[in-house]
This record gives sequence, structure tokens and C-alpha cells, in this order.
Amino acid sequence: MSRSQTPSSILDRPIGRSGRGSGSEGMVSLSAFAYLYSELVQYHQSRVASISELERRLESAGYGVGLRVLELLAYRARETKRETRLMNILHFISSNVWKSLFGKAADSLERSIDHADEFMIVDYEPITSTFVSVPADLGQLSADAYISGIIAGVLEGAGFTARVTAHSVAVEEGEYTKPPAMPNLPPRKDKAVFLVKFSREVLARDAALER
Amino acid sequence: GIEKIEAGGIVLCCLQTRTGVKFVITAEPSTPDLDLMLREIYVLYSDCALKDPFYELEMPIRTDLFTSAVDALLERFDSRGTKVR
Repeated sequence: MSRSQTPSSILDRPIGRSGRGSGSEGMVSLSAFAYLYSELVQYHQSRVASISELERRLESAGYGVGLRVLELLAYRARETKRETRLMNILHFISSNVWKSLFGKAADSLERSIDHADEFMIVDYEPITSTFVSVPADLGQLSADAYISGIIAGVLEGAGFTARVTAHSVAVEEGEYTKPPAMPNLPPRKDKAVFLVKFSREVLARDAALER
Repeated sequence: GIEKIEAGGIVLCCLQTRTGVKFVITAEPSTPDLDLMLREIYVLYSDCALKDPFYELEMPIRTDLFTSAVDALLERFDSRGTKVR
């Protein structure tokens, strides 16, 4: 006995209520995410003793998301080959992963001049820190450690061991020309730069594949 | 609850939310749209203060985002006021 239509598996269906129109499938309100993320940060903050420990906890929270997002996107895109080249996986992250998670591609992908093994993904308006003001006594903390965990998860799942850190860098005058996504908030003073540092074996492997 | 008090040379306007939070603003007597401004400040409060993991409830709000957003709001209202006249 065979069925004429293939039943859609749970991986094919977007999460969230269907029947609300094609625009809002798979989308959650920003406020809901902001409150949930704020609680996540507060939960960890009450249990750690240092800033770096808090960042590490946020990163490991994002790590699981990264692994699953990689599998889901690879499955949905029906790719028959997996990415083995460095630039390809970085492009995949800065466009596909960003688009499916945040609705837009990352603002830029750069290669560091000083270090051959460092790359930077820049996002001018990361949603994890849209509403967050870090107090002065926690100066070094970046609330976007969650996103760097996501990037690290995707890279590890694809077989590229890397260390990803999030940094807030001040935006220069005239650097960002698009209007802010939140109309009643003032434009952001700093952007998030995710520094991706690959391990030596990954670079050696990529160089060997180049030949 | 208290909505508006007009006294010698000063106007005090108050917005009370359903959750019990009170927003009080003092201004010169001729300022228009005070309750509209209070509503906007309520929106900014729920955005910048409540979604910030480092803000504790009942404490004075010291977040940069909130203060700069309120400043920008006041500037917008100021420029709108001069255009009307």
C-alpha cells in the first residue's frame, strides 16, 4: 500500500502557529524573545562569580542552538554535499543562518589583516543586545555571547573547530546609514563583531584542499 | 488616582498603569501633549528597563539606553512644539 502524498515530517513544517498568514510563520515577537533572553541572562548571573563565567554560560547556551540550526538548514536546503571549504561555511553562516534566525543577512564578513586565521562577522543590530545596557561594573561583558555560541555550534557541527568571541565595537560616524530597526529607540552606538579564530588543523586542511 | 495638578507656575501630570507603576512628569504650564509624552515614556520604560537583564525592579533606572531614549523623545517633542507656534 502506498500513499499518494508524502506526509510532511516535523522537520519540514515551520514552528509557530500556521494559518496566521505566510508572513508570520516561524516568527516570534521580538518582545517575547527579549523578555525570555533577559530572564536567561539574569538566571545565569545569579549563579556565577565572574564575567567570563557568565559569557561562557551564554556561549554554551547558544552552542546547542547552533548544532541544531546547522542540521535543520542543511536538511531543508536539500543539499547533497556538505561544506568543506572555509569561505563557504563562513558565507553559509553569515547569510543562511543569519537569515533564518534573524530575518536578514549579517552585515559584513571580513578577514583579519594581522592574523590569517581570524575572521569577523559584523552585525549592526544584534537582537540579543537591542534592549540591554551593560552597567559600568560589568564593562567587558557582551550580551551577544549567545550568538557567538550559535556560530561556534554551527562551525563545530560542520567540522571546523574554532573559537568565537563577541565584541562591542563603537560605530564610527557615517558608517551605518540604514535607519534603526526600532524607531523609538536612538540609533545604537556600537555594533557587534564576532571574532572567529580557527584552529591550525582547519587552516592546514583548507590549504591542502586548495591545491 | 492623581491625573493632573496645576499649581503656581508648574504643572504635574501623572499616568498610572494597570500594573501599579506611576509615571509623574513636571513641566511648565503651557506645555502641550503631556499625557501623550507620558504614554511614550511608558513604552520606553517597558522596552529599555524591563527587557534589560541588569535592571532590578524598584531600583532607580540608570541604564544609558533609557536616558538617551528619553532625551531623544524630549527633543522630538520640543521641535514639534516650536513648529506649531
